[in-house]
Amino acid sequence: MTATLKKDPLNIIICGVGGQGNILASELFASALVEKGYAVTIGETYGASQRGGSVMSHVRISSQTQYGPLIPVNQADIIIGFEPIETLRIAREFGNTSSQIVLDTRPNYPLAVLSGEASYPPIINLIKELSRLCKSVQIVEAAEIAINNGNPQAANITLMGTLTALEDVPLTRDEFISTLQKRFSGSICEMNQTVFELGYSSIQLV
Amino acid sequence: MEWMITAREPGKTYLLQGNEAIARGALESGIRFAAAYPGSPSSEILTMLGHVAQDMNLYAEWSSNETCALEACMGASMSQVRSLCVMKQNGTLVVGDALHSLALSGCKGGLVVVVADDPSAHSSTNEFDSRHMARSADIPLLEPATFQEAKDMVKYAFELSEQLQQVVMVRGVTRIHHGRGNVTLGDLPDNLRQPVPIGEWDRMVAINWFHDVMLAKLDQAREAFEQSSFNHYEGPEHPELIIITSGTGWFYSKEALENLALTQRVGILKLGCTWPLPEKLILSYLEKTSRVLVVEEVDPFLEQNLAMIIAHHPEIHVELLGRDAARALPQSNELNPDLVQASLCKLLQIKSSPASVTTIPPEEQVVLPPRDLTFCAGCPHRASYFILKQTLRLQPDSGVVMGDIGCYTMGGQKAGHFGLHALECMGGGINMAEGLGQMTRFGASQSVVALAGDSTFFHSCLPGLVNARYHNSNMLFIILDNSATAMTGFQPHPGIDRNCMGELAQTISIEETVKGIGCSVTVADPFEIDQTTEIIDHLFQKTGLKVLILRRECATLASRSKVKRKVWVDPDLCRGDECGCGRFCSRVWGCPGNIWDEATGKAKIDEVVCVGCGVCATLCPAGAIKIEGGNE
Repeated sequence: MTATLKKDPLNIIICGVGGQGNILASELFASALVEKGYAVTIGETYGASQRGGSVMSHVRISSQTQYGPLIPVNQADIIIGFEPIETLRIAREFGNTSSQIVLDTRPNYPLAVLSGEASYPPIINLIKELSRLCKSVQIVEAAEIAINNGNPQAANITLMGTLTALEDVPLTRDEFISTLQKRFSGSICEMNQTVFELGYSSIQLV
Repeated sequence: MEWMITAREPGKTYLLQGNEAIARGALESGIRFAAAYPGSPSSEILTMLGHVAQDMNLYAEWSSNETCALEACMGASMSQVRSLCVMKQNGTLVVGDALHSLALSGCKGGLVVVVADDPSAHSSTNEFDSRHMARSADIPLLEPATFQEAKDMVKYAFELSEQLQQVVMVRGVTRIHHGRGNVTLGDLPDNLRQPVPIGEWDRMVAINWFHDVMLAKLDQAREAFEQSSFNHYEGPEHPELIIITSGTGWFYSKEALENLALTQRVGILKLGCTWPLPEKLILSYLEKTSRVLVVEEVDPFLEQNLAMIIAHHPEIHVELLGRDAARALPQSNELNPDLVQASLCKLLQIKSSPASVTTIPPEEQVVLPPRDLTFCAGCPHRASYFILKQTLRLQPDSGVVMGDIGCYTMGGQKAGHFGLHALECMGGGINMAEGLGQMTRFGASQSVVALAGDSTFFHSCLPGLVNARYHNSNMLFIILDNSATAMTGFQPHPGIDRNCMGELAQTISIEETVKGIGCSVTVADPFEIDQTTEIIDHLFQKTGLKVLILRRECATLASRSKVKRKVWVDPDLCRGDECGCGRFCSRVWGCPGNIWDEATGKAKIDEVVCVGCGVCATLCPAGAIKIEGGNE
């Protein structure tokens, strides 16, 4: 059997907005873990919101048994946020005082903000509340990194780099990269590898 | 992933989506035929089977609707091959007549119907529980609780179907179909069955002579289910309470018992075979306890059928609790581990130990804006609704719009300026408009509009169009043709030149079809805003049935094949809030690509979101939005 986990099941939520590629990211991440012998379950909530609605994946990793597809309230150990307000929404429901947050601070403006009916809160206020709710908040400018590397869509892989770098995650850099190499080829694979490495090494604590 | 579902690696474990596990189960069963109409959360099954059809030597089709799909499977079954039919919960209502007929006639080659239910209606308009259809049709029903079972049950369902000569239903829920988990592969068959000629006296006839035969098959299924390893009990010999559960309820129940340290007090009877119920097995556990909590998705289906078993056995004395009348669990929406845990705490009068949480007083919490569903950046439906709303406002009585099912359903919300008055089921809009349009006989004068997408048009609007034409109702039927079944993931339909297996297909022209029914038809581009507004206004002035096709390819689909154009705002030309446009591009137009830069007080394009359609450039009154490079 695979190495035991400090916390079993390890509960990870990957959240954002439809179209950001977080479903694919969680699937690649979880595939690498299954390859390693863990039992991993993903529950995906997206519904009709391939188009601009909130999207989240619950990823549950265990060395013992297959867990159900939904993480109970306040039981997320790690939250990977592709979008700031969605991250706070999830942290309020699923976070606790030991949760770790990894966050891209680039906003994706909801319709109510575009139309002027609501305003988008200052990022610093979101980070402050996240810091009060959870153990740590780490900022990764994943979309910026992806844009600088020629593909704005690759923010998802950048954040998987940071996720893999977290101490509690039972996956090495090389193991994730080997999964990337199985799925992608040529320049797309190279670009994904580059942003993954940048995400892996770009942790900064708030 | 195609390579995983076709891997000849028995014993190897992969992370599979529930839909992939089901497709794999069908391949391990040696199917030669698969048919479906797309519907979330079931669509990936046939997409996968279509992709591997050539390699795996099977035929797969996206049928025009679910009835076509099921009846096509029945035809294939006559030749003794195995066939798989897939649909979402609404599909079981569409195929009601065919399914009940099939149950009466029985099948020849194994025929399995996989149904994906959507508790909480994440990607549906309702959370119909399709298990009622299995009971109503008197056919066997299986419910997978894990991703592994999703694969294994399909295989078993084919064996049972051939043993009974009866269609078998496998019912999953969103959390299985759109979830992922470890699945260990089985063998793929080396030889596939060849179709057998239908003999002169072979029959497949649905007639009431076979009613008793059908019921006898159900009895045989019950006998088989009594022994099935898909049903099992875990827990103490004499439990204070037994949870009887199916599907994802099993995961939630197990987790709740572990969290509450109840595994020595409460047992779980997990049922995978849920119609007909394995009565002897259930009775053997009902004898051991005095309380039963039923944990199941959506309706109290197991609960009510258990109540019937209990009623027939006066020696059983149990308190039966579940979702019925919300005695122990909510009556609507999907379950989760927290709901099951809370219910157990209440029933057993115990407390759970909550996680360590910081409570922030409401006045110190950041106010989060809601995130409404919206059309994608560059979506032609945004333009269609904008034009329609604008044109209807010019009419003396503002008009009435009947919606239908697809991405454009979101037009009923903010994304479409709340543009729909009615929304029912697939193909419902055109018929409602036909009826309301007839009210002009009694003096009604409002303009009546029905909307339908291209895939919905082929699915269920054709009889409605014939009806509206024959009765010449006063209405405008608008087909929003974006050349895709976009909502469910761009599956082809009869208007698309590649079929589900990637073969070239002879397309059916929507305008020729409409003309063939005897209607005159106009085609317009929703991105030509002024011209199309004029066309619609002109059509409103005419009486009788009018048909308009608003044609523009789905932006998400188009962005895959075209070089993206750079769209940007020239800050020297954007006049900001002084313009008088009221921030038209972001506030009114509402494309997620059009954002407002608070720092400069001017419009901006979000380059991550923008797909480069450039329609906003034609709408900006200051001409400040510019387009560069690429192709349209």
